[in-house]
Amino acid sequence: MIKHKESLIAGWGNYPAEVCNVYRPDRVRDITELIASGAQPHYISRGLGRSYGDTALNHGSGVLLHTEFARFVHFDEQTGILECEAGVSFEEIIEHFLPRGWFLPVTPGTKFVTVGGAIANDVHGKNHHVDGTFSQHVLDFKLLLASGEIVHCSREEQSDLFYATIGGVGLTGVILTARFRLIPVESAYLEVDYLKAKNLDHAFELFAQTNEKYQYSVAWIDCLSKGDNLGRSVLMLGNHAPASKVKTGGDPLRIKNKPKFNVPFNFPSFVLNRWSIRAFNFAYYNIHQNEKSKIVDYDSFFYPLDSVHNWNRAYGKKGFVQYQAVFPPETSRQGLTEMLKRLSQSGRSSFLAVLKSSGEQNGGLLSFPFKGYTLALDIPLHDDGLFPFLRELDELVAAHGGRIYLAKDSEASPATFANMYPDLAKFQAVKAAVDPNNVFSSSQARRLGIVEESR
Amino acid sequence: MKNVLILGATSGIAKALAYQFAGKKHNLLLAGRDVEEMKRIAQDIHIRHGVKVTVHPFDALDYDGHADFFTNCLETAGEIDGIVLAYGYLGDQRRAENEFAEARRVIETNYLSAVSVLNIAANYFESKKDGFLCVLSSVAGDRGRQSNFMYGSAKGGLSLYLQGLRNRLSKSGVHVLTVKPGFVDTKMTFGQSGMFLVAKPEQVAKAIDKMIQKRVDVAYTPFFWRYIMLIIKSVPERIFKRLSL
Ligand SMILES: Cc1cc2nc3c(=O)[nH]c(=O)nc-3n(C[C@H](O)[C@H](O)[C@H](O)COP(=O)(O)OP(=O)(O)OC[C@H]3O[C@@H](n4cnc5c(N)ncnc54)[C@H](O)[C@@H]3O)c2cc1C
Repeated sequence: MIKHKESLIAGWGNYPAEVCNVYRPDRVRDITELIASGAQPHYISRGLGRSYGDTALNHGSGVLLHTEFARFVHFDEQTGILECEAGVSFEEIIEHFLPRGWFLPVTPGTKFVTVGGAIANDVHGKNHHVDGTFSQHVLDFKLLLASGEIVHCSREEQSDLFYATIGGVGLTGVILTARFRLIPVESAYLEVDYLKAKNLDHAFELFAQTNEKYQYSVAWIDCLSKGDNLGRSVLMLGNHAPASKVKTGGDPLRIKNKPKFNVPFNFPSFVLNRWSIRAFNFAYYNIHQNEKSKIVDYDSFFYPLDSVHNWNRAYGKKGFVQYQAVFPPETSRQGLTEMLKRLSQSGRSSFLAVLKSSGEQNGGLLSFPFKGYTLALDIPLHDDGLFPFLRELDELVAAHGGRIYLAKDSEASPATFANMYPDLAKFQAVKAAVDPNNVFSSSQARRLGIVEESR
Repeated sequence: MKNVLILGATSGIAKALAYQFAGKKHNLLLAGRDVEEMKRIAQDIHIRHGVKVTVHPFDALDYDGHADFFTNCLETAGEIDGIVLAYGYLGDQRRAENEFAEARRVIETNYLSAVSVLNIAANYFESKKDGFLCVLSSVAGDRGRQSNFMYGSAKGGLSLYLQGLRNRLSKSGVHVLTVKPGFVDTKMTFGQSGMFLVAKPEQVAKAIDKMIQKRVDVAYTPFFWRYIMLIIKSVPERIFKRLSL
């Protein structure tokens, strides 16, 4: 049987860090043998660990790395349908398929995520308002169940399991391979317009006016502005650029390799304090001007943070918390205004806050996005006072009919969570049918009562 | 563009080497026991790099089958420009001390079977007056230690065999490279206690590729293992024998 490494690991926010028993299987039978042996009470899959909190942690229990399951299985040049193992990263997909004229149908704000992680959190991107989540482009996948059986799941076959697994944070089983559609593109560049919004209402207005015209849209929002300026932001609106607009001289499907930076160690926690964040926010808003038809490479547009490796260390050893909520259209204005006010009142500042309009909800039982507006921000963890504050935010979100995102959560309570996800009971029923002993469980799943503590 | 045959293609270093070669547009022949796994690797390499990758069942201990195996590989590829021998069997030292079958498996896999295939390969390259043989031996073969001398003695034998082979083939222009990897982050070492200075397989593969280019004879990888082994080898036997290594 394969060996494990006892390691202290964490999500991208560096909080919480937990000791887990980490396995790195390289054959499917390694996993089935391991589960059958009962070596650990629970197992959870882990992709590239880009979830912020404890989604891919299993305190004192098993964590399965997918590093060795990272192979392409099949690519159809005609249809753009790619089949690959779940450990393949978005970075690799871009590296190999963008030069051939294909791009990801949906991508989060970092390319260092795996296909398995993208399905299990049902990730969304800047095009959610038109293209939905990543899973909406997934045709089917193979899922290894607690029984050792491998089942083929699609919208038609094992559809209950399909809808429980997309957004199901690894709790239904191990995704082995998946098939999904890439989209054809003419270039590796985007044609981007920048628009400044004076305040939240103005931002909503601009989103509403532009949603039809742009495949990608997102607003960076200054969460320190107050009063009439509350919610002032810079909208970034883009479409894939046709090859004819790319004037780099070289192959329009390629971009120059840019230098990479690395944050070599955890910064002392005073580096990102209220004043430096205020200065950054002020400068960011004022540097940007309304600008039209700027040609921007895909890396700068989709993954501005990826050029600095380990940027999370800038938050210091204590780490940080990422918070993301979505509000329905009716309450978005009120909910977001309230949220931003509380943030600035409490002196909790966020370096990066991102506002985005989201499209219709899909059938994923624990899938996060639904129609309305979503705000994501990160907050440095300076003191434990942050947690009661976040619980207040949760209540505010719930009271406005909103919900928070499991990929970012590390503190919510079971009651609030159940409140926010009405399909939880359905999810639990599907899970109970395939995994009655909770072989698959995570620290987060136990904390939120998605699975029971022990049976 | 070259055709490279990799024996033991599913091992950690072999896989990394396969991707390294494919990145340079070499075609590959993958040989080993786990055909399904090799097919998965072959498919992936083909999609990533567009090179030709074929899969060949190979059982190191089936000595009688080695000649046919090699002919079959030659027929598939037309010509072979280089061979990497990357398989090995670490075994269980304690078991090997008590069960001869285990000792035998360690010695046969690491030494005897290598002699069998390398003899065939050497004759082929000698008549062609071209080609390289890159063989993964081990630092464990540099000095016998109580914790793994069954494996170590077989690898030590292999290193000596390669020395002789290099001597024989030098006039034919055939390059024989003995690689002695230190600790590499593979399935064999993951979760094993007492590991230090563990190198990534990709890093090791890159280094090996460079040694093939530069026609190096014997190389440690990562390079600093040369110094570690120099120290270990220089301890006088009357002291060494009392150490618990
Ligand atoms: C800078 C940054 C920007 C981000 N931007 C966005 C964004 O715009 N939109 C968005 O939606 N998210 C965003 N995220 C979050 C990120 O996309 C998700 O957390 C994603 O799931 C991470 O993928 P991963 O491979 O690292 O998975 P991990 O974080 O390692 O795991 C995530 C979940 O997937 C499960 N899982 C992983 N592999 C498998 C498998 N093979 N089978 C079953 N379950 C599996 C794990 O059990 C866990 O529950 C961002 C994260 C960062 C760091």
